[in-house]
Amino acid sequence: MTTQNMIEEQKRQLHGIRIRDLLTTVTAATSAIAATGFLFSIAPLSGILSFVLIAYILFIVFFALITAIDDDREGVKDRVASVIIRSAAVIIFSALVFIVFFTISRGFEALPYLNFFTEDMSLAGPLDPLSSGGILHSILGSLIQIAIALAITIPLGLITAVFLNEIPGKYSRFVRTMVEAMTALPSIVAGLFIYATAILLLGVQKSGFAAALAISVMMLPIMIRASDVVLRIVPGTLKEASLGLGAGAWRTAWMVTLPTARSGLTTAIILATARGIGETSPVLLTSGFTASLNLDPTNGPMVSLPLAIFQFVKSPEPTMIARGFGTAAVLMFLVLILFMLARILGSDKNVFGNLAKNLKKLTKKKVAQ
Amino acid sequence: MAIDTQKPRQLKYVWDFQDRIFRGVMRSAGSSVLVIMALVGLFLTLRASEALGSVGFSFFTTQAWEPDSGNFGIAAVIAGTVIIAIIAIVVAVPFSLGTALYISEYAPRRIKRLLITMVDLMAAIPSVVFGLWGFFFLQNEVTPVAKWLSQNFGWIPFLSVQGSDPSDPLTSNTVFTSSSLIAGIVVGLMITPIVTSVMREVFSQAPIGEREAALGLGSTRWGMVKNVVLSFGKGGIIGATMLGLGRALGETIAVYMIISPVFVVQPRILENGANSVSSLIALRYGEATQMGMSALMAAGLALFIMTLIVNFAASSIVARSRSGASS
Repeated sequence: MTTQNMIEEQKRQLHGIRIRDLLTTVTAATSAIAATGFLFSIAPLSGILSFVLIAYILFIVFFALITAIDDDREGVKDRVASVIIRSAAVIIFSALVFIVFFTISRGFEALPYLNFFTEDMSLAGPLDPLSSGGILHSILGSLIQIAIALAITIPLGLITAVFLNEIPGKYSRFVRTMVEAMTALPSIVAGLFIYATAILLLGVQKSGFAAALAISVMMLPIMIRASDVVLRIVPGTLKEASLGLGAGAWRTAWMVTLPTARSGLTTAIILATARGIGETSPVLLTSGFTASLNLDPTNGPMVSLPLAIFQFVKSPEPTMIARGFGTAAVLMFLVLILFMLARILGSDKNVFGNLAKNLKKLTKKKVAQ
Repeated sequence: MAIDTQKPRQLKYVWDFQDRIFRGVMRSAGSSVLVIMALVGLFLTLRASEALGSVGFSFFTTQAWEPDSGNFGIAAVIAGTVIIAIIAIVVAVPFSLGTALYISEYAPRRIKRLLITMVDLMAAIPSVVFGLWGFFFLQNEVTPVAKWLSQNFGWIPFLSVQGSDPSDPLTSNTVFTSSSLIAGIVVGLMITPIVTSVMREVFSQAPIGEREAALGLGSTRWGMVKNVVLSFGKGGIIGATMLGLGRALGETIAVYMIISPVFVVQPRILENGANSVSSLIALRYGEATQMGMSALMAAGLALFIMTLIVNFAASSIVARSRSGASS
């Protein structure tokens, strides 16, 4: 009886983008660009940014008008809000991609020279061409400083994170609050702090070691927070099973909690490393500056990648600025690589993946016995 | 009745030697954070006491930085820091709100993870890279807009520019470079990722039942977002904004690379010349005498206290809001 009606009924599309919206968007965008072009030709306006701004405002107006043809007030509001939200996301993500590509493309001027990676700047002055001098000293300096910082922050950070989870109470809540406050510690204040304590009070000279201490102050709270979150989702039943079998708190943490969260903890460490390796201002106050290679962190100034960028672009010489961008590209590559490493280690075999693997291993052992 | 009289058994647990050491190690590692924070405050105060003692309260009102002749204060740099941070917030919050809503409400499920990763990655871009971009790219793009703004809206005090004649279209561009506005935009972009990720976290916790109820009653998607997600996440939005503010106050290198320092309160945001506490420290630490270093430590202490207050306010707002319990 009503079969005909039922065939005519179509499933409504609840997700994704409707064709009509797409057409409306394209129409509104085209007319907005055209109208802005017209405005620019009759009014004294210039610059890409102002063009984009005016075109965008016109686009929103046109879009609202077109939608209003066959939609009610709520519908128009919904459509306009959705367009504004989407465009905010598009702007932010394209800004990110643009910043990365801008840095890397400007850096390509210096990158093809092999000596850029194998020499330091001790024999190259500001007027020398890019075929002499390089950033070997700052690459190695960065690696040494981050290695020392990791040697300090990994044990301290991981044990603190375990503490926050294993001994809950008022005290650990307070510590957690302080960790959060420490995350917001301005990096220049971290530099001042190490300058006031290590350099002025303890007489450590401006060196790679002092810089590593300053970087550690910045990395520690990031590492604690990230590993705290990971440790929090380790299933309580696992720990209880271990405790119930007679293992102590130490054995439980070492053999159950930490291995279960291994991949998440690796991610936490790498994220903190990525942040630490890019810090400039704490290093600025504590490491000193040198143009030559120094592999001894305890003796004499040692330069790192961000500090080298900072010093390069202070110079007005185009070759120095090119070197600065080349160094920035290297730094970005390092951060990107660290980040991908973190994602690969953290995503695929997440906490529960590891758990499953461990359980499988355990049962296998049992069968073998 | 019998139940009332029964008391729980006292379970006495004797920690064995290994565990006692372990708990001790854990406690002391946990305390290390407290110790570091306390030491930061203590040493900055100690080192700053000389400078603070010599100028007293005028440290907060003087607009100059000549520590060796005893004439210095943070009025100008604090004002500059706050101006840059406010511009940064004005830039960052709308974009973060939009991006966070997009990721949690609008994005197709298969690209959601990728977008979250990209936001995290953006948070890890070193500030010196943002500084490079701001100085070598953004500055040239913002200058015409700043010029246009000053010519057409110059009657608003903070958009006016001295040294440029609004009626003369050929006025020099240099007066519009190295301004608070450019520094503020760059810092705004820098704090966008962290603000976005906090907001997204909060939005994703909006109760599914209320969402479905709103949609079931015939709400549009925006109606649902406005009445359920945004009202649920109000505390989170304020908290994230203040967290971003804390970051913006402390940013050093990007600001240092862009501004040209002035030591008077400079409320005209489009005009060349700005300053902030952290870039003052970066600028002057190298040539500082003992007194100069002490004065810089005092400035650092002021910045430290300011960010601490903002941050604690942020976390208490987030914790008190409906959405904040878990973050």
